[in-house]
Amino acid sequence: MIVLKQKPLDWILEAARNYDNILIVGCNGCSGIYQVGGEKQVKNLKMVLEMAFKIRFGKNINVETCTLLRQCDRDLVASSLRPLVKRIKENGAIISLACGAGVQTVSNVFPKVVVIPGCDTLFVGMRTKELGEFNELCRACGECILFETGGICPVTRCAKGLLNGPCGGMREGKCEVDPTRDCAWALIYERLKAQGRLDLFLKFRPPRDHRVSASPRVWRGE
Amino acid sequence: MRKIYSKLMENLLSGKFVYTAEIEAGKTTNLEEIVEKGRMLKNYVTAINVTDNPGACAHMNPLIPSYVIQRDVGVESVYQITCRDRNRLAIISDLLAAAALGIRNVLVITGDHVIFGDNPEAKPVFDLDSATLVYLIRKMVDEGVDLAGNKIEGEVKFHVGIAANPNAVPLELEILKIARKVRLGIDFIQTQCVFDIDVAKEFLREVRKFNIPVLIGICPVRSIGMMKWYIKECPGGIKIPADMQERLIAARKQKGKKAVLEKSIEISAELIKELRKTTNAAGVHIMAIGFEHVIPKIIEHSS
Repeated sequence: MIVLKQKPLDWILEAARNYDNILIVGCNGCSGIYQVGGEKQVKNLKMVLEMAFKIRFGKNINVETCTLLRQCDRDLVASSLRPLVKRIKENGAIISLACGAGVQTVSNVFPKVVVIPGCDTLFVGMRTKELGEFNELCRACGECILFETGGICPVTRCAKGLLNGPCGGMREGKCEVDPTRDCAWALIYERLKAQGRLDLFLKFRPPRDHRVSASPRVWRGE
Repeated sequence: MRKIYSKLMENLLSGKFVYTAEIEAGKTTNLEEIVEKGRMLKNYVTAINVTDNPGACAHMNPLIPSYVIQRDVGVESVYQITCRDRNRLAIISDLLAAAALGIRNVLVITGDHVIFGDNPEAKPVFDLDSATLVYLIRKMVDEGVDLAGNKIEGEVKFHVGIAANPNAVPLELEILKIARKVRLGIDFIQTQCVFDIDVAKEFLREVRKFNIPVLIGICPVRSIGMMKWYIKECPGGIKIPADMQERLIAARKQKGKKAVLEKSIEISAELIKELRKTTNAAGVHIMAIGFEHVIPKIIEHSS
């Protein structure tokens, strides 16, 4: 999943203050699942915006809302939002509560409309603890080696992104950068050992071909 | 059998007990100080390591002192190179320069993370790691090409060493890491500080099968604070036996601050004697950054 967090309300208000018609677009994909920009958060933001505009800027605004199944789906964005975008034609703006891909999909489909990102996109990861702790798990490096590393990604989870770790800073299975964090390579070692595949730990991995992950990346299908 | 390019390698293979020492290039433009340290160590060691931005602090490029020590002092250098600050292009070009200047020993290190250093906002590079750097050097030396296979004009004559930590827990993991690099083709190992003779012995037993000369790291301490830093904070973790800690603390209590260093010289020399007597260590690598003047004393006391 893409892990994201909502921007501070003050920031959103400041970005939106000069508009009279606002369309808040939520996303039930990653953003909705992590309760950052799903249906409920869209409703809340509408309420807060209406109130804050009145109190802080002394004006009434029209706020429309819509929550899409996925905001990174171009066709879905076009068909679902077109009628709503017409309603905010007069001095209007869209606040997107999706990740950067969602924000840009909306902006690409409606290039004349100002789109305000309501969230900061953090990383690809998952919720690893009940109390809302999220961990980065994938860098989208374009060359997955998880089969060889016991399902633990060193490119992402090693602070140095080493392919032949651990480094000399590993201390009793912890990372030198943050001793509260497990060393990814110590985890890989333990897991491969448990799987009886330590030969893979010994395997040398040559330097990465960074062309594979050079931005901006394009995939044309095969 | 690989060709021998350096005095260090010759001595390591000869069975002589080898001493190497370490100096920092420093955040300085003053080469004279480095040359003086080199002169002081010349008659005691086979080679002098010059560290590469140690602890992620930006220092003079170690290639320059490595060259000057060989030229002006007449003692061989071990040019240290980390993967933290340079991508493969920069590392290849530095290695070509080192080969051109007659550097014959290179120690490869991944490098402490930039957050420990004096410019913690820096972008960490790690385009290569210590294993891929060994791989690069082997290609340069054995095949005369760089990583992508581009031909190099002229010969590249390096012996490549790696660092290792005998204190590592779990040790099995450290040994597997070394095995990975042995397969690639390394010439020598210089270890992280060892204070506990049993740690050294176990490590040497485990790496014996690789048949690679090992220089055990010896680090005198000059204060109780430094001792505690090794135990609690040094990346990788260092074990100092309780009785050794007590001896240092007792020296501090009985005779004051300076006595800690004196006691530490004594302890270091004892460790070296024990290593010479009871292990197959090829030698020791003494690290006393900022107080290198103790190195000759330690060596004198140990032999």
